[in-house]
Amino acid sequence: MEFKNPEQELQRFQRRLTSAGTFALLAFALLFARFFWLQVVQHDYYQTRAEDNSISLVPILPNRGLILDRNGVVMAHNYSAYTLEITPSKVANLDKTIDALAQIVEIQPKDRRRFKKLLEESRNFESLPIRTRLTDDEVAKFVARRYRFPGVDVKARLFRQYPLGESASHLLGYIGRITDSDIDRIASKDQEDNYRGTEEFGKSGLEQKYEFQLHGKTGFEQVEVDSSGRAVRVLSRTPPVAGDNLTLTIDAKLQQVAEQAFGDQRGALVAIDPATGGILALVSMPNFDPNQFVDGIDIQNWDALNNSPDKPMVDRALNGIYPPGSTFKPYLALAALQDGKRTPQQTIFDPGYFSFGGHIFHDDKKGGHGTVDMYKALVVSCDTYFYMLANDLGIERIASFVRKFGFGQRTGVDLEGESQGVLPSPEWKKKHFKNPEQQRWYAGETISIGIGQGYNAYTPIQLAQAVATLANNGVMYRPHLVKFVTDTKTGVATPIESKPERTIPLKPANIEIVKQAMVGVNSDKEGTGAGVFAGAGYTSGGKTGTAQVYSLKGAKYVEGKTKEDLRDHGLFIVFAPADHPKIAVAVVVENGGFGAQSAAPIARKVLDYYLLGKLPAAAPPPPAGEPAAGVN
Amino acid sequence: MIRNLWQRLIAPLDLPLMAVAALLLVYGLVVVASASPARVGAQLLNMLVALVVMRLVAQVPPQKLMHYALPVFVAGLLLLIAVALFGDVSKGARRWLNLGFMRIQPSEIMKIAMPMMLAWYFQKHETALRLREYLAAALILLLPVILIAKQPDLGTAILVLAAGCYVIFFAGLSWKVILGLFAAAAAAAPMAWSMMRDYQKSRILTLLNPQSDPLGKGFHIIQSTIAIGSGGVFGKGWGQGTQAQLEFIPERHTDFIFAVLSEELGLIGISLLMVLYALLVGRGLMIAAKAPTLFTRLLAGSITLIFFTYAFVNMGMVSGILPVVGLPLPFISYGGTALVTLFVGVGILMSIHKHRMLVQK
Repeated sequence: MEFKNPEQELQRFQRRLTSAGTFALLAFALLFARFFWLQVVQHDYYQTRAEDNSISLVPILPNRGLILDRNGVVMAHNYSAYTLEITPSKVANLDKTIDALAQIVEIQPKDRRRFKKLLEESRNFESLPIRTRLTDDEVAKFVARRYRFPGVDVKARLFRQYPLGESASHLLGYIGRITDSDIDRIASKDQEDNYRGTEEFGKSGLEQKYEFQLHGKTGFEQVEVDSSGRAVRVLSRTPPVAGDNLTLTIDAKLQQVAEQAFGDQRGALVAIDPATGGILALVSMPNFDPNQFVDGIDIQNWDALNNSPDKPMVDRALNGIYPPGSTFKPYLALAALQDGKRTPQQTIFDPGYFSFGGHIFHDDKKGGHGTVDMYKALVVSCDTYFYMLANDLGIERIASFVRKFGFGQRTGVDLEGESQGVLPSPEWKKKHFKNPEQQRWYAGETISIGIGQGYNAYTPIQLAQAVATLANNGVMYRPHLVKFVTDTKTGVATPIESKPERTIPLKPANIEIVKQAMVGVNSDKEGTGAGVFAGAGYTSGGKTGTAQVYSLKGAKYVEGKTKEDLRDHGLFIVFAPADHPKIAVAVVVENGGFGAQSAAPIARKVLDYYLLGKLPAAAPPPPAGEPAAGVN
Repeated sequence: MIRNLWQRLIAPLDLPLMAVAALLLVYGLVVVASASPARVGAQLLNMLVALVVMRLVAQVPPQKLMHYALPVFVAGLLLLIAVALFGDVSKGARRWLNLGFMRIQPSEIMKIAMPMMLAWYFQKHETALRLREYLAAALILLLPVILIAKQPDLGTAILVLAAGCYVIFFAGLSWKVILGLFAAAAAAAPMAWSMMRDYQKSRILTLLNPQSDPLGKGFHIIQSTIAIGSGGVFGKGWGQGTQAQLEFIPERHTDFIFAVLSEELGLIGISLLMVLYALLVGRGLMIAAKAPTLFTRLLAGSITLIFFTYAFVNMGMVSGILPVVGLPLPFISYGGTALVTLFVGVGILMSIHKHRMLVQK
């Protein structure tokens, strides 16, 4: 090892200090030169810019992208209107000013309420609307008296409008005023500059999911303003770029037919094109009018929506979870065939119940269905057959098989907030319960799963995806709403790729057996759906279902005598035409009673329209593109 | 008796350093009073807290500092990792760790912990410094810098990186290697450019042509250069800056406070500020020159240059010759955390100077 000379080291260090010091001095000299340049050489130029005129940057808001259905029907667009806006920091007495304005332009109590609410939430220097959508007359009247109202002005703004009113409100979503959490989202994508001056943000549905594409690119004007803030001249202008348009897979007319078919009932319906996964209709009833939100919803209306016991704001198609009831049976049958646990020819005798472990599981038909093979079991929906089948398969096998059809997992549809549902299994129970007694899996629970009851709970979109996959012979596509995104500047339409999520390995013969049985449900004279599908101009494969809301513990379920909100949910799944399916549907009617009575007729109307173009006879024509009542 | 207490209070302080720092603080208060009068009270409080911290740090002997260098660095690193995993996100960046009763910003700790750690490392290997030790130092440096840069907090990352590089420079990395690194950086620049994210690229482009992004970061630069330029030699007078008072300058009490100073106090005011900074740096370098051990020399040298870097980067950014990164103007910008960090540095300098005799009296 070298013997280091401390003297030498110190000197070296001090030389470096000197270099550092010199570097710092040079850097400061450079800065000084810059300041000299700005403050001496260029002083006059900057003086002028600063004193007499100043530059204001005015953002020019882009047109929000349109949302169209698959045939080009407009579902969301913008129109231009004038608003009357007040900048609170520039106004001495707000109430007096508003009263004075009310002399010139109509101002309703709800306008004042909304203004007060905006005032609480706003940051200091923005202007807030007191009245929106002024008529040309009102604009003229105000402008003539503008000098009397410093801090108040008329602005041209774009408003979002949903011409179909309440139809498709959940999937379209709505836009509302930007909040702090929206700002965080904007900042996380580094889009703060793009959102300068923007006041609206997608809050739900597609408006939220595709917010950044729909928003477009904000333009700006560099404006010279005089000392009172009035524009003197425009120095430069960069035009905004309109947002992308979305073309959906949805068929707006089909959507409306489905919504009307529900009438007063609550529930959900999802219709999918099995060959692509494109969603043809996504219905949740009751729905709401998104136009109400566009310029700030009235607090009374908001409370009404939120507190309504029917919960219209909930998207039942994505968030409602329901036991599948007998609509689960086709998948169990398929599982049994795949595993070789059943052949189509095997029969059982159904006396009207199944006895296991000292417990009696009742069939829906008193006295039973007699001798039943797989075909008949599905056609008449024999519970006993499926109790036995589930018991033979075992819960592990059932869970791992149906999971492939997407049960108990999010489908990945292009909307936020999808629920996962519950696919019960021994693992699930262990994780979900703390009490060791409850963590055990009991054989009786497997048996209940056989008829789709028990802890089983799935979203309507999961049910639809599963039947679409079955219709498509096991090739599963991710359900999606957007067909393509169109760049408004270039006109280029980028399709959303549609490649299969997975292909479930199934023997074609087995699929055929189950499908044939489902066709029997709708056509065989004993079929539970045959009454509803009699005379249909196409073949279809379906399955009815009824999901227990309330366990009667062995007592008999008598429809008319049970309270409405304890009544069972009605379900129905169907695909048509049977040989080359073009549409697969899942319907849930809350508290609708038997699936055949409540859900199947809705599906029938939907298929009649989609496949034959038939509209329901007695129904009034659906409104075509008028603004809904909530818009003033 | 009071005289006794007073003596004890000011004993560890280095008077020249204290004087310059005090002048800077007063200057800062004057400018803040114009940029944001409502915050003067809070800033005074911040200064008081920072001074107390400085006094406390000043009496910690350097040997003890060295003793704590490694644990503090490791703690800081763990906190940075904690932030990356569970930090609070605000305004698109994840920098804070919420402890329930208070929030801390670990990247701030790193500003001091990094040079201390590297100085300790070099002292440890003082007798044999080969390329291997420098490489290890570079690794120690890069780890926290990368974590901070990913938050993303480019300004602080640059500062911590600079602090580490200063230590490595003062430790004696050969000039040949330094030049080699610069050459390599120049060669790698095109590749780094292509790897940059869009908004980072646009920040650099904005620097060259602020007009290209007037709504975004270009806006800041355009407004601040107007403010600076219109100030002229004598400035418009305290409280009379039209750009500042009419709120044309964004963030005028923090990162862009220099624009307010320039507009209102002119080239004269700027020169005064630069003289004060130069004196601060000069005194710091003197303390470094007279420091007794490698640890204290490296630490003093790098802390002094950090002050310089802060000032240079902020003034350069505000006047449009450096890209906009979020760094405040030291001793002047409003903000408690930055002041505390600065005065920890000042306290360390004082401690190093007061303990320069290896044999204590």
